[in-house]
Amino acid sequence: MRAPLSWIRDFTPVDADAPVIAEALDHLGFEVESVEEPGRDLGGVIVARILDVRPHPDADRARLADIDYGLGQITVVCGAPNIVAGMLVAYAPTGATLPGGITLEAKEIRGIVSEGMLCSPTELGLGEDGSGILALGDDAEPGLDIREALDLDDIVFDLSITPNRPDAMSIVGLARELAAHFSLPFEVPIPLVSASVPPTGEQVTVFVDAPERCPRYLARVASVTMGESPAWIARRLTLAGMRPISNVVDITNYVLLERNQPLHAFDLDRLGGRGIRVRLADAGEKIGTIDRVERTLTASDLLICDADDRPQALAGIMGGGGSEVSATTTSVLIEAAYFDPMGIARTSKRLGLRSESSHRFERGIDPEAVPAGADRCCELLGRHAGAVVSSEPIDLYPNPVERAHITIRTDRVNRLLGLALAPAEVRDALAPLGIEVDGPGPDFATVAPTWRPDLQREIDLVEEVARRVGLERIPPTLPNVAGQTGGLTLRQRDRRLVADLLVGLGCSEVVSVPLIAPTQLSRLGLPLDGLVEAVNSLRADEAVLRPCVLPGLLAAVERNAAQGMTDLALFEMGHIFGAPVDGSLLPDERDAVAVVFAGTVARRPVEPDRPVDIYDLADGVRAIAEGLGLASLEMVSADVEGFAPGRAASLVLDGEVIGGAGEIAGDALDTDVPVVALELDLDALLAGSRRDRTFRPLSRFPASNIDLAFVLDEGIAAAAVIATLRDAGGELVEDITVFDEFRSDALGAGRRSLAFAIRFRSPERTLTDDEVGTLRQAAIDAVVVAHKAELRG
Amino acid sequence: MDDADLAASLDLDVALRAIGATADVDDVDGLRRELIGKKSRVAAVKVGIKNLPNDAKPVVGAAVKEFTTAVSDALDSRRSEIEREALAKRGPAVDFTLGTHGRRRGHLHLITQTQRELEDVFVALGYQVAEGPEVEDDWHNFEALNFPPGHPARAMQDTFYVQLGEPEQVVLRTHTSPVQIRVMETQPPPIFSIMPGRVYRNEAPSPRNSSVFHQIEGLAIDRGITFGDLAGTMQAFTTAYFGEGVRSRLLPSYFPFTEPSAEYGVSCPFCDGGGCRVCSHTGWIELGGAGMVDPNVLVNVGIDPEEFSGFAFGFGIERMPMIKYGVQPIKTFFDDDIRFLEQY
Repeated sequence: MRAPLSWIRDFTPVDADAPVIAEALDHLGFEVESVEEPGRDLGGVIVARILDVRPHPDADRARLADIDYGLGQITVVCGAPNIVAGMLVAYAPTGATLPGGITLEAKEIRGIVSEGMLCSPTELGLGEDGSGILALGDDAEPGLDIREALDLDDIVFDLSITPNRPDAMSIVGLARELAAHFSLPFEVPIPLVSASVPPTGEQVTVFVDAPERCPRYLARVASVTMGESPAWIARRLTLAGMRPISNVVDITNYVLLERNQPLHAFDLDRLGGRGIRVRLADAGEKIGTIDRVERTLTASDLLICDADDRPQALAGIMGGGGSEVSATTTSVLIEAAYFDPMGIARTSKRLGLRSESSHRFERGIDPEAVPAGADRCCELLGRHAGAVVSSEPIDLYPNPVERAHITIRTDRVNRLLGLALAPAEVRDALAPLGIEVDGPGPDFATVAPTWRPDLQREIDLVEEVARRVGLERIPPTLPNVAGQTGGLTLRQRDRRLVADLLVGLGCSEVVSVPLIAPTQLSRLGLPLDGLVEAVNSLRADEAVLRPCVLPGLLAAVERNAAQGMTDLALFEMGHIFGAPVDGSLLPDERDAVAVVFAGTVARRPVEPDRPVDIYDLADGVRAIAEGLGLASLEMVSADVEGFAPGRAASLVLDGEVIGGAGEIAGDALDTDVPVVALELDLDALLAGSRRDRTFRPLSRFPASNIDLAFVLDEGIAAAAVIATLRDAGGELVEDITVFDEFRSDALGAGRRSLAFAIRFRSPERTLTDDEVGTLRQAAIDAVVVAHKAELRG
Repeated sequence: MDDADLAASLDLDVALRAIGATADVDDVDGLRRELIGKKSRVAAVKVGIKNLPNDAKPVVGAAVKEFTTAVSDALDSRRSEIEREALAKRGPAVDFTLGTHGRRRGHLHLITQTQRELEDVFVALGYQVAEGPEVEDDWHNFEALNFPPGHPARAMQDTFYVQLGEPEQVVLRTHTSPVQIRVMETQPPPIFSIMPGRVYRNEAPSPRNSSVFHQIEGLAIDRGITFGDLAGTMQAFTTAYFGEGVRSRLLPSYFPFTEPSAEYGVSCPFCDGGGCRVCSHTGWIELGGAGMVDPNVLVNVGIDPEEFSGFAFGFGIERMPMIKYGVQPIKTFFDDDIRFLEQY
């Protein structure tokens, strides 16, 4: 909403400086997006009259305009479509300055030098309409400075109005708020309609077939003389961001902005049967709106038809082309109505068609102010369109709206706001807003005005009191947290820990968009059943919710690789989504963590390069298992969906598979570098059983280390041998690690040698050589028997 | 031997030649004992000084001192020379700037870092952290929050719908407010909780925007909670997160689930409220919304609005580092470029 200050002053004598008014508007809840002084950046722009428009000899779109600028005549090149001879325009000669610090210079356009240019509203800093040259009212004098001609020494507040305050989308509404805030008089003059002339013989008919969708419909008929608006109307509309079109159209728009009453002027001679019928559309029925688009309707759209039942307007949203006023119009039917907000909102949303009218109707205008709006229109038509208005409006309003009766308790106000207002202060806060407040209090019976559809409950009035007092004047306090201690849950702390552990391993965290394309799954060989789809996504690559984190993480690898960053260690934690289970409406939503290593680990001068491999993943698994103190988290060779066959493992926690790890198949991704990855069910991980954390006393006695190498079949996992060794050594085993893996022809195909370092230690004595010898033999025997192994000499 | 002979017997040239001929540290240390140790000739001379005539004492004393100092210095210097040579034989000189073994710290995502900072501030103020699903039903995302079906405020948020249940019944949550409903449905007051998490908006695609971002909301419900408590809490948060001297403000606004509603902003930390590029020369930065929980919302979750009242607030997590560090555009957070991740 763009509100010129001069217009606000028509209703209240606010004379504070612009910054003070802007601050007041902010503090009243009408966010000021900008304060504009439209004339400030304009210098040397003057009024000119177009004498003739000729084609440009060398260009299709540009034309030549001969203009009279008061002190002489000149020819300029102009590309705008709307210039005609006789039009009064804003001319920026060479040397003139425009908003944005532009100083005009002579410019050659297709061989013809243009000394300056004709200006659109945008170029003059008067709103966003840059589609044509600004047409000035016919009382502008060529040669006059444009700032004087348009009376631009005004201030325009560009406001963002919240949807609960339709009343503030009008000059009158804003004036009422400012008057209350500054304790100033506020008055909306009663329109003087120069009507009451005898009926002109015009008998129009109005039928409302859908009164629940159109609770009030008022029609007035007037004969008019079409023409341009007077400069002051054109100027105010321009400052408010609307484009002047003709006196009749401009006057309806003027009343819309001033009173929040959308109006529509039908060319009466083009209304079949010289009457109106308001009805619901038939499904599939079509209407051509004035924006030259044919729109197909449903049975829930409301139409304004003529008496011959032909659609003439999409009610409350946009007029139809068939009865649009034009230069030849001589009489009009002025529609002032109140439409059901929800109905307008539905049609407007479905058609993607929004207008100044629909915007207001869907938020709720004042049904009681409909006649005043129509009267104001007729008053202005009488003055500026030579209108003769028929005496009596047709006003169909069978069920007048009930005003909201609300009780407000002073005590409740104070308890909710943290104030200590006296009853009189509550009353004085509300009354200037047009709220009727009865009695001395402390509890007041009030009646809300019909222009405030947002005032229905006591809390709505509490908010009004808060606004009127000023939120900044409510003393800040801190709530008593009543002994509640703040903190993270164990789960939340463990979740942070997992991230920190991975960061410690050198992995950087990724946050990707959980909406992905199904192809991101299929290329990894992951199943597509049970996916949760987003039905109305505007992005083709964001069609389903991820069933696992890995695809997004791998996409991050590819994006980085495309930037030349191929050596990566990344992880991501987040929700994953499966089909609903146990009759739930909502998806099975779980928390997961995935880790990926890509490229080369050590491209350093001090050691050789090494491609990432699955043991990088094992580091991650071990860090998580140790960090969380899990009793068991194992990698068991298995084929796992998403990973290269034969190069993957299941991740097993307490006997349950909770994830997978392995190499990503080389052809699955858009990068050549090796990629290994793992994904774990974080919920299962955090719920896993924890190892015994009871303190184990530290032995004071020396350790005995032995090394053993065995030749084993390929299928036997190192972990299985370690388990056997641990069993054989019993409590004296302190640590076992594999320190070598070896294959050779001599060992034979399908065989490998594994070398183990075993550390024994007793808590209560130094182990003798004999004891260690016995332990060694027991270990050898156990492995030989259990795994058909041979001890390597 | 007379004193002149004694002094003459300290032949420096011979001693220096012997020092120069040493091959290792042990040789040097042996020679030190031999030349200036307790049993050396010079030690004997020094002992003999007291028996000399008085006029000879200073002469011989000076000669002894000169010899001892010269030999000691030569020995020290020879010893370091031998040590340096030995080190040089062990390998080439080291270059500490050559690089590393490549072990690097990883980086928490800037969103996570920010979320933790925000959580920690509110935890210190006595709040707990609540979480909820990202796919929600209409009740939790809209209706319980006082957005009735067809309410114009629903149009304020571009909603993703999910192919589950009746059409438009299941949504990707458009805000973290449904977690407030879930907390109030399951926990009796007093409630002091914050709700961080991911939210979704189905906006027209552009190279700059993203269909997800993150929010953090707060909820306080108890007897006697006032708008003043909200104002004080927002100021406490502002000071804790942005630092002393940064002021908070609340301006009237509109949200369906709060009343009175307010826009939460802070005085620009970059220009101290004087006006700069970051705050568009207004001196203030708008961060989010706040307000007293609407009585309809309390009724919807079975809390008596006459007995209990509360406040709620919320803001975008990405917005904080966008303001603090100038990260632009918001899509940067989700492109996962390692060059971005490693900046923080």
